[in-house]
Amino acid sequence: MKIRTLEQLRALAEELRAARDHRPCVRVCGGTGCRARGSEEVLARFKTLLQEMGLTEAVDVKFTGCHGLCERGPLVSLAPQEVFYQGVEADDVRAIVTETLARGTVIDRLLAQDPRTGKRARREQEIPFYQRQHRLVLRFNGLLDPTDIRDYIALGGYQALGTALTRLTPEAVIELIERSGLRGRGGAGFPTGKKWRMARAAPGSRKYVICNGDEGDPGAFMDRSVLEGNPHSVIEGMIIGAYAVGATQGIIYVREEYPLAVQTLEIALAQARDSGFLGKEIFDSPFSFDIEIVRGAGAFVAGEETALIAAVEGRVSEPRQRPPYPVQRGVWGYPTVINNVETWANVPIILERGPEWFASLGTATSKGTKIFSLVGKVTNTGLVEIPMGMTLRELIEEIGGGAPPPRAIKAVQIGGPSGGCLPKTLFDLPIDYESLTEAGAMMGSGGLIVMDDRTCMVDVARYFMDFLRDESCGKCLPCREGTNRMYELLTAICEGRATELDLELLEELAQVVKQTSLCGLGQTAPNPVLTTLRYFRPEYEAHIRERRCPAGVCKALIRYVINAERCTGCLACLQPCPQQAIRGQLKQPHVIDQERCIKCGICHEVCQFGAVEIV
Amino acid sequence: MREVEAIIERYGAERRHVIAILQDIQARFHYLPREALLEVAARVRIPLIDLYSIATFYNCFSLIPRGEHVIRVCLGTACHLKGGTRLVEALERELGVRQGEMTADGQFSFETVRCVGACALAPLVLIDGRYYPKMTQRKLTQVLARLRRARPAAEVAR
Repeated sequence: MKIRTLEQLRALAEELRAARDHRPCVRVCGGTGCRARGSEEVLARFKTLLQEMGLTEAVDVKFTGCHGLCERGPLVSLAPQEVFYQGVEADDVRAIVTETLARGTVIDRLLAQDPRTGKRARREQEIPFYQRQHRLVLRFNGLLDPTDIRDYIALGGYQALGTALTRLTPEAVIELIERSGLRGRGGAGFPTGKKWRMARAAPGSRKYVICNGDEGDPGAFMDRSVLEGNPHSVIEGMIIGAYAVGATQGIIYVREEYPLAVQTLEIALAQARDSGFLGKEIFDSPFSFDIEIVRGAGAFVAGEETALIAAVEGRVSEPRQRPPYPVQRGVWGYPTVINNVETWANVPIILERGPEWFASLGTATSKGTKIFSLVGKVTNTGLVEIPMGMTLRELIEEIGGGAPPPRAIKAVQIGGPSGGCLPKTLFDLPIDYESLTEAGAMMGSGGLIVMDDRTCMVDVARYFMDFLRDESCGKCLPCREGTNRMYELLTAICEGRATELDLELLEELAQVVKQTSLCGLGQTAPNPVLTTLRYFRPEYEAHIRERRCPAGVCKALIRYVINAERCTGCLACLQPCPQQAIRGQLKQPHVIDQERCIKCGICHEVCQFGAVEIV
Repeated sequence: MREVEAIIERYGAERRHVIAILQDIQARFHYLPREALLEVAARVRIPLIDLYSIATFYNCFSLIPRGEHVIRVCLGTACHLKGGTRLVEALERELGVRQGEMTADGQFSFETVRCVGACALAPLVLIDGRYYPKMTQRKLTQVLARLRRARPAAEVAR
């Protein structure tokens, strides 16, 4: 059914809500993390069981987007009981239906437990992981079925679009976005309203808006979760943006490694078209607009605006000199606005709640919230959304729950390969664009990787450099050659072959690449090296002067040995050893033959008694 | 190459659709066969060298055939910190090939991938599209053994 007026849309939302409000609803998390842990089977079991019991019509069963607490999946939430279960297996389903759904009895063992206090939480909001978050962009993730537009409409979806098209001029929309202080969530933090104004002012017979869903940062999955969990919020934001700048065509560029996101978007676009939110004369206004999907074929550099444009045009994804900026000359030479997934998803919220409300969240220069994927050596891995200005400490210690004992957190890597590693001593830093940049890192798109005392910072720098030399497009010399040479130097340090002179050369090279590369990839490529040198220089020096890796990571500088006091002589490590390098008899301490050992670490992995030590 | 024709047909023989066309060919054959590239070049009227540069630039394309089972080890940052590299080394030992290669019997292809966005499950291995969360070297050898056993007896004999 095509929606023609705002009143019609509101009436439909009201009707949908009324029909659903009193019906029990089972929401199974369909995020990638939960799927990998078997949530599809959980969902199927709910459906067959309810069918057997003749309750298919009485209970709604939904597959929703990511709930965020990926560590504890599969996650299931029940309404109206407001119970949040974690670690649910298919075999738990019968108990959930007969006890919680039918009788309202809560199953204690499925509730999330705070490892520090032992307290179990019944509702999602009672879990410490969620308590300090401010879920705004993610507010409907976990509530709605992303493949059913009616769910989004029931929650007030597309009303911001209706308001914009029927009550506001394009200039008024731009002014609202400017007043909100929204800045790009893709990395650099350019003011969104300003970008839109420039595109509106640029002459062009046609204009484009693009959603950058390439999310190339390793260790990041914010955009993936938004696209998979609430695709209509992104689509609605893009239509509003297109109206504001005068674009007639939109493109969502999404990486092929996210097949579920592509599929969810295809469904969502078709439903938006059927409802009249895309196509000709939207909301009976003169404005017409449509969106197509372009699948990215895998290139980190495509995160750079001009390189993304080249990829959209079917060419090799190489950046070009700016200016002219894409808002002046973008796709096929027409003015183009490129914003990332999270930026677009913020747009309907600003129109709905007003720019002043939005600007009241965050700091003086960084407004609103930011989503982070909190991963690495931290207890609660998952997806979090916090108001800007929260300190790193609150995010990592309070929401993330710190490092799993007995390890201690040492640093956090923020901003992906273009970002930097910040030490624990800087954890009181507020998370905003300027503070992070000053410290040598950057906001980036929101990857946040926690590192503990078993993480070697030189190895981390080498890892990122390996990534970057691989992803450097090769167009400009400083980046193409510089990243390779820096990688070689870092490898030499990790292998204990480097001298003090190499360290000097590395620093000099980092400065040259930073200052002379063509695009953002090369200009920020040295950041992981520069920040680790700035904050963790003693680790570099230990590798060079003492031929020692303090974290016990760099293979050339470590040995595996068996602690005879801890070894119980269980023989468990003998068989897996690919070198037959471990000798020993039952109930006798085992010994590793260092001549044969290739340091694969499998003995360390299988030992249940912590007897295999790295020295 | 009827299938290649159909894929080109679906998008239209235009330069701007070339990447999508190659993606679909890759999805169908699990690599880009030489004949398919020649066909696309002729139909879309672009030089073969341009297709070659696209095919070698983007990570998702392969110019060599893939094995029956495709093993992909994630080397995103979280997976790296939690031992992804060790898994790569274990596979190199077990399969006797380097990453990006296929075993001589055509049973396994082994690749690495830069983050599939499932970092809470690190370290992660994908086998034939299925996610294996929190992988260890030990579990990996067990999965490989199972896949080897599952191979039909007739094929092994041959």
